[in-house]
Amino acid sequence: MFSKILIANRGEIACRVIRTAQKLNIKTVAVYSEADANTPHVRLADEAILIGGAASSDSYLRIDKIIDVAIETGAEAIHPGYGFLSENAEFVDAVQKAGLSFIGPDVHAIKVMGDKIESKALAAESGVSCVPGTDGAVSDIDDALAAAADIGYPVMVKASAGGGGKGMRVVASADELPDGMRAAMTEAKNAFGDDRVFIEKFVVSPRHIEIQVLADTHGNVIYLGERECSVQRRHQKVIEEAPSPFISDKTRKAMGEQAVMLAKAVNYRSAGTVEFIVGADQDFYFLEMNTRLQVEHPVTEEVYGLDLVEWMLRIAACEPLTITQSDVRPQNWSIEARLYAEDSSRGFLPSIGQLRCYHEPQGPGIRVDAGISEGGTISMFYDPMIAKLIATAPTRTEAIDRLMLALDQYQIFGVSTNRQFLAAILGDADFRKGDMTTGFIADKFGDAFVAGAPDDRQAQQLMALGVALHARRLSARHHGQEPDARFAVCRDDDEGRTPYLMQWHTDRHGDIVTCGDHNIRISGNLGQAFPQSGHIFDGEIDGDVMAIQVEWQGWHYALHIGAKSLYISLYPEVATSILGHLPVQQQSHSATIISAPMPGLLTRLMVAEGDNVEAGQNVAIIEAMKMENVLKAEMKGVVSSISAAQGDSLNVDDIIIILTDRDQTSS
Amino acid sequence: MQSNLDELEQRRARARKGGGDARIAKQHEKHKLTARERLALLLDEGSFEEWDMFVEHRCADFGMEQNKVPGDGVVTGYGMIEGRPVFVYSQDFTVLGGSLSETHAAKICKIMDQAIKVGVPVIGLNDSGGARIQEGVASLGGYAEVFQRNVLASGVVPQISLVMGPCAGGAVYSPAITDFIFMVEGSSYMFVTGPDVVKTVTHEELTAEELGGASQHTKTSGVAHGSFANDLEMLLGTRALFSYLPLSNRETPPELPSLDHIDRPSAALDGIIPANPNTPYDMKHVVTEIVDDGEFFEIHQAFAANIICCLARIDGQSVGIVANQPMVLAGCLDINASRKAARFVRFCDAFNIPIVTLVDVPGFMPGMSQEQGGIINHGAKLLFAYAEATVPKITLITRKAYGGAYDVMASKHLRGDVNYAWPTAEIAVMGPEGAARIIFRQAADDPEKLAEATAEYREKFANPFVAASRGYLDDIIMPRNSRRRIAKALVMLQSKDLENPPRKHDNLPL
Repeated sequence: MFSKILIANRGEIACRVIRTAQKLNIKTVAVYSEADANTPHVRLADEAILIGGAASSDSYLRIDKIIDVAIETGAEAIHPGYGFLSENAEFVDAVQKAGLSFIGPDVHAIKVMGDKIESKALAAESGVSCVPGTDGAVSDIDDALAAAADIGYPVMVKASAGGGGKGMRVVASADELPDGMRAAMTEAKNAFGDDRVFIEKFVVSPRHIEIQVLADTHGNVIYLGERECSVQRRHQKVIEEAPSPFISDKTRKAMGEQAVMLAKAVNYRSAGTVEFIVGADQDFYFLEMNTRLQVEHPVTEEVYGLDLVEWMLRIAACEPLTITQSDVRPQNWSIEARLYAEDSSRGFLPSIGQLRCYHEPQGPGIRVDAGISEGGTISMFYDPMIAKLIATAPTRTEAIDRLMLALDQYQIFGVSTNRQFLAAILGDADFRKGDMTTGFIADKFGDAFVAGAPDDRQAQQLMALGVALHARRLSARHHGQEPDARFAVCRDDDEGRTPYLMQWHTDRHGDIVTCGDHNIRISGNLGQAFPQSGHIFDGEIDGDVMAIQVEWQGWHYALHIGAKSLYISLYPEVATSILGHLPVQQQSHSATIISAPMPGLLTRLMVAEGDNVEAGQNVAIIEAMKMENVLKAEMKGVVSSISAAQGDSLNVDDIIIILTDRDQTSS
Repeated sequence: MQSNLDELEQRRARARKGGGDARIAKQHEKHKLTARERLALLLDEGSFEEWDMFVEHRCADFGMEQNKVPGDGVVTGYGMIEGRPVFVYSQDFTVLGGSLSETHAAKICKIMDQAIKVGVPVIGLNDSGGARIQEGVASLGGYAEVFQRNVLASGVVPQISLVMGPCAGGAVYSPAITDFIFMVEGSSYMFVTGPDVVKTVTHEELTAEELGGASQHTKTSGVAHGSFANDLEMLLGTRALFSYLPLSNRETPPELPSLDHIDRPSAALDGIIPANPNTPYDMKHVVTEIVDDGEFFEIHQAFAANIICCLARIDGQSVGIVANQPMVLAGCLDINASRKAARFVRFCDAFNIPIVTLVDVPGFMPGMSQEQGGIINHGAKLLFAYAEATVPKITLITRKAYGGAYDVMASKHLRGDVNYAWPTAEIAVMGPEGAARIIFRQAADDPEKLAEATAEYREKFANPFVAASRGYLDDIIMPRNSRRRIAKALVMLQSKDLENPPRKHDNLPL
């Protein structure tokens, strides 16, 4: 076994690898960029070496520097993590040329599997099931009918020159094929000037299911079951679990055996993943093989009770696998949620900034793989993933429930996160039934997610909590005296401000909030300080165990549980009679004010003061996280003022353009 | 006997009706509460003691003798806010448009005289069409009587003006003298001359809102210290502000404990200063970490946002916080920031509120408009305010403290009591690049030499150790311990006793 290794990565995966190395008494060398000087992977490693600027092209992608550091520090092997150089054949080659070991597969496997055509060809050759289709274009309808009959309906007619969904038709039966083919050809002709089409199997209700394999240098290959990763947003996995709630033992076995065949065919060593698309009928087809450790590897570890990184290290040190296929049995159900710093309400744009408050949840069956700590920064240079939250339990339902509670207990303040979006997925009835396809998020949520309001019972519980917390604060202020704790509680989503009259008091068992003739008992961590910036209530309300995230400002409270949020104002009871005279709550001015949705550089302003704009017209471009974000006018109007100039660095919500209604200005 | 009692009740009921149901309904239509409804929300329940309910005007011209309403358009008296006394007046727009008559003014003067005598703050709720024109000069005299008392009360008892409707012409000068002005968005306005006169004189066509609405006064003129969405939010906000203030200059602010522990470390502060010295960060996050519950009451939030002024508590004790805001104009001191902070520092000093200054300032704002606008004069106000202040002064330099702005921002040399810096502090005459250009003028054309010189200057001065070695800083502290260190200094300074030389008054560069 090695005595010292270098980890050519950052964040959670670097920390993950270092932990296993520590367990095996292997010394670790971390490399880091200027932006990462104060991150956990740097602190955790025995040695940490600065290798360059914040941009990954100046640091984590610098093959030369990484190898220099490895040689200088005396590391014997390099673990690439995932992303960056993990599937870069040139890097592996350089590592080996420098006389070091690469903790992963060899150059050949990476090259073959990295090539879409070559990998499919090898898969087909090795007897791995690939999406059936014609080898080339079909010449005429008869040719097509014959091919389709062979493949089996439904089929997809696809333009050879295709792309972007053009020249594609799904055909369910032979009757529909002639029309479908003609339509696809016409479209292809118009779009690409080339009417050649081919025919492929159409996978109904596709799922993304992948097989984990482990292969050593002694010819042993085993598969460690599957991971279901169908819940994806724009091909980015969001929730992963093992096992899959969908496939049968027979399918699992067949997929596993094919994955092993492929690994053997490419002479694979180390941990790898073979991805399949699986149809509603449990037919499965090879997609690609990932020649690295996957982000979602923890669910496999939890279910099979082993350490994949440890095996990668042992295999790289030429140790043989000591587990055989018959030893591999799933013991649990494990689900992983990827927690991202992103703003779900603004189309999941990355949210960068400092984690002003950060506390991970703890509990039985809860694992957090993170590479960030309180005070750390989500920077624009790297993937904005904060952590992977993994819950494991004997059954799928228990694992989901554990994960949901842990999400509510996860305290992150300073950046927006997809925490409540994840809760919405986990709470979805179809998801809970295990009924999801790769279109799950697009179908159910579209391009954005905004937390909805809780049902009446839960809303009342949240309001009661707000009242108790507020009253506790007033009581502390007055040296423990019981304050006047009668409130008119208004929901901010109620324009008419119909108040709920609530009163707080305590007895020897704890806090009680009375609403009408209903006494709501609250017990939990109420006596703690709860800063304005955020607080997690952990306890029971009215007999329900809950974790609720609370933020407040003065007498305004925001309470979040699961995928639900409630915004309330706690007015003194004497205000009840006058609430009806107050102006209707100001709704946000989003239609008339165009502001920066995220911090970034204003690279283009496409309008000038006095310009007429149409709803949906592009008005400005903000560049952030190396991405261009086009801002559109949400209404038709006139540009009445411009508050930022091209080249300005903007913060979130900085106003760029103010529009006025055209009718208003003309009158 | 019974009939006497009944008559009192009847008269009271009539007075409480103000201008009558129709006018009250009209007031409500405008989303404005009545004078009495407002007091009921501002004061603790049942605490209001009304004075002069039966005062009526004495005007006999233009048929006014037929038009008398008991109370004469203003409700006055005293009550409690969280158990602490306050004098109040609340103008009643339903009675003759809340116009100010001789007797209306006399009622206000009466409670102000009493407030000064007993050392209790005054809160005025303004909702008035202006002078009672029928009374002519008697009404004008009434305004001046109020102004005179506002001036005499200034620095003796806190005075807060809530503008909850029109406040125009001479009427604006009473709020203008008081410590704080707050406005209700959409239903209040203040101006010296209204849109009609403006149109005749300058041909500008403006609405009352554009000319003197809450937005104009909180963002552009800085006349108002803040605004609220409606009457209720304003009245609750005023209660919150009141909790930070002492009753008079003879007292200290109340101590209001919280659940927030003084030893709470703030790990986030260790990482808040960005690696690049030109990258901004939000100073409000520093304030949040230092104060109890992360709660503070900001003064002039929307005006001169390059400096933050707020009231907060640290370990239950009220403090005034002045902090440069790197997010806006890099935290430079300009005319508006200097004016804003100078007045706030003087307010705190007048009312025994310790001042905590958080410094990250690259200097004074350069430019023609600033010089023409008299930045010299306005910057001097802030310098003057800090230098004359005798309350406890605690200063924490988080990053830049360059040039004259270093001196101004409650430096040791201006009698700072406890001056701390974070290890990230840079205390120098200017930024390293600029300094190198001057010191090594002959090297200015050689980028390599200049870079070398810049690095040398940075190494020497872009740290707090030079200042600490001279004793200009009392200590260099870990950012995460800022809350605890400041709290301990505040306790030590509770018995601070310092007086300026006797004089009629100083001559602040107004």
